Amino acid sequence: LTEEHETVKPQQQRRLFIKGTLAGGAVVAAAGLGLIQPRLVLAAWPTDAFHSNSLEEALNKVFGSSTLEASDKVVLKAPGIAENGAVVPISINAEQLENVESISIFSEKNPTPLVARFKLKPGCVPEVSTRIKMGESGDVIAVVQAGGKLYSATTNVKVTVGGCGG
Amino acid sequence: MSEVKIRAALKDGKCEVKALLTHPMETGRRKDPAGNLIPAHHIQTVELLHNGNLMVEADWGGAISTNPFFSVSLNDVASGDTIEVRWVDNKGETSSGSVKVK
Repeated sequence: LTEEHETVKPQQQRRLFIKGTLAGGAVVAAAGLGLIQPRLVLAAWPTDAFHSNSLEEALNKVFGSSTLEASDKVVLKAPGIAENGAVVPISINAEQLENVESISIFSEKNPTPLVARFKLKPGCVPEVSTRIKMGESGDVIAVVQAGGKLYSATTNVKVTVGGCGG
Repeated sequence: MSEVKIRAALKDGKCEVKALLTHPMETGRRKDPAGNLIPAHHIQTVELLHNGNLMVEADWGGAISTNPFFSVSLNDVASGDTIEVRWVDNKGETSSGSVKVK
């Protein structure tokens, strides 16, 4: 019995070795063809979160929690009235919070509330500005992830002409 | 060709980076005049690099306005440093641009 075991073992090792070589070769070939692009990773885009059609679901999909702590340390600037819902300027400043990991924008009344999430490395000033589309009047919610907590600020924007029409 | 315009300005010890991208940002919910849905076509991921180091990684949906604008600020940036912005959309198209900080 022991002899048998000893004769089988090297074969298994060889098989493993061949498997490993083939897999490694495939990776090298893919890299050579430019199939593997470092950094720009399309697959990392959180599809489920962007397709969620309620604020709570979107928050859960992004953060694994929908518990927000309203904080005046999150300064959210948005127009009270947006004449054009297709271009609503939003700016968020969280300089009063430490260890900010990400700043996200949600538009509660949009068919899919998650608008954008900016993940910031240390060395970034925790502030972000952009322009978003709003389908109708409703709340814009800024969520700042810092030190394992979710801080938020909310403001209502009245939209005169919707941004998702057609 | 989809352009990426970047402005990087040093001010009060930090560097404010403003970027303007060229993209239709179709949500997939709009209809053309014939009533057919226009397929979704929007930027999904944007990256901002400082001297080759990834500083900001943003995930976007179709609710970022057409021809997107965004601005962020970085600490520890010096004159002559390079700021690069690049994006990839849901069709796998990409574009990038870079500037030297003045």
